Amino acid sequence: MDVGITLKVDGIQQRIAVDPRTTLLDALRERLGIYGPKKGCDHGQCGACTVLLDGMRANSCLALAVAHDGAEIITAEGLAEDGELHPMQRSFIEHDAFQCGYCTPGQIVSAVGMLAEAEAGWPSHVTRDLGAADVPLTDEEIRERMSGNLCRCGAYANIVPAIRETAAGAGPR
Amino acid sequence: MKPFRYERAENVSGAVATLARERTGEFLAGGTNLVDLMKLDIMQPDVLVDVRRLTSGEIEDLPDGGLRIGAAVTNSDLAADARVRSRYPVLSQALLSGASGQLRNLATTGGNLLQRTRCAYFYDTTTPCNKREPGTGCSALQGCNSGHAILGASPHCVATHPSDMAVAMTALDAVVRTRGPAGEREIPISDLYRLPGQEPERDTTLEHAELITAVDLPPLEFSPNSRYRKVRERASYAFALVSVAAALRVRDGVVLDTRIALGGVAHKPWRARKAEDVLRGAPAVQESFRAAADAELADAAPLRDNAYKVPLAVNVMTRTLLDLPESR
Repeated sequence: MDVGITLKVDGIQQRIAVDPRTTLLDALRERLGIYGPKKGCDHGQCGACTVLLDGMRANSCLALAVAHDGAEIITAEGLAEDGELHPMQRSFIEHDAFQCGYCTPGQIVSAVGMLAEAEAGWPSHVTRDLGAADVPLTDEEIRERMSGNLCRCGAYANIVPAIRETAAGAGPR
Repeated sequence: MKPFRYERAENVSGAVATLARERTGEFLAGGTNLVDLMKLDIMQPDVLVDVRRLTSGEIEDLPDGGLRIGAAVTNSDLAADARVRSRYPVLSQALLSGASGQLRNLATTGGNLLQRTRCAYFYDTTTPCNKREPGTGCSALQGCNSGHAILGASPHCVATHPSDMAVAMTALDAVVRTRGPAGEREIPISDLYRLPGQEPERDTTLEHAELITAVDLPPLEFSPNSRYRKVRERASYAFALVSVAAALRVRDGVVLDTRIALGGVAHKPWRARKAEDVLRGAPAVQESFRAAADAELADAAPLRDNAYKVPLAVNVMTRTLLDLPESR
């Protein structure tokens, strides 16, 4: 039986009825026509479906839509403001940080979420000093924190500098 | 995915009562493992009872100096908590070595404890698996078993437990608090998990409709001197081949006390009590650490493809203990 839910996606309130089996990813793509989040593996292993779910980056392919009634979701398309690309989007373009582009929306959303986590002082697996209040975002830190986003074209060599430069510049918004 | 009914409840007791009425069903929290297993038809619950907003999402100080972690606390929030980082660094490190940033933001403490094995045959519904379908046999026994158990396995199942967090909690003697149809229980984490024996379909000792509500970390004077080391096939975002959680108390060059647990080697996080017994009172030097690790692995029964795990576990345990600040 379908269940009515409300989602605020990229600033717009949406009301839809979904089969309980529907993932957030399928609700966004198949029901709302929002194609930024991509279906790569559909098992939480590739990160192409990454969205900001109530402010935190999350794999939308493993979240059931019914369980997130009332949630606020930001996709890659919702990062731009007033027609201006987000600094992370601009940086990906400037650094040629993609080839086929399929993983790119997930990479960009994940990177924006990751910078907010780093800003909040969250450590990572490669952080030497767990007691440190803030952790410099070295390339090693960026790679570890972005390990949930795979790029089969292997554009990592340009993705890392794109993120590094955004982190050093305006920072997360 | 098989159709299921999605249920919400007002509170924990309502959720327990709702699921207790069902023949098959599961509690849903972050869903990162359960939803995937349902997509693959490995788990086919008739009903999901959503508990993500019902249990606590807070980490509280306990009067005895320990911490109480609400079952809904995400893996991210637990790893980043300043008290966990300073008092139980082994737990922060274990969490940060698991999954990815976006998975840790969804995954909860209760759900992490209950994640299922990543044995490839458990995931492949075209092959026999006693854990997935009791009585059909174990494909891993004669199959590709390089990632499988070397300790405590049975002829019915050689799967390993996938959690990193639970290995650290096992070393820390965590206590799992539950609420079920029969009331509340406090279960030492070593008793939450079970060896496969003849019932590999049962990962834990929880009863139907018994919900994990919190995990208590008891105070341990020397837990700040603890760490987690994980060996895997790639640098990040992979399950453990072998991992070690260890805490150590050294005075005047002698080991006063220690807590050690192994991951990736058994059906449950493996508390290394034999190694602990060998180490207490021994000089805090590499030879002692290695002798303790050898004692723990003496009972190892490797399969065709995973004999490498025995020396690997010895080496990783030795290295982890050596790297602890009090060993220097």
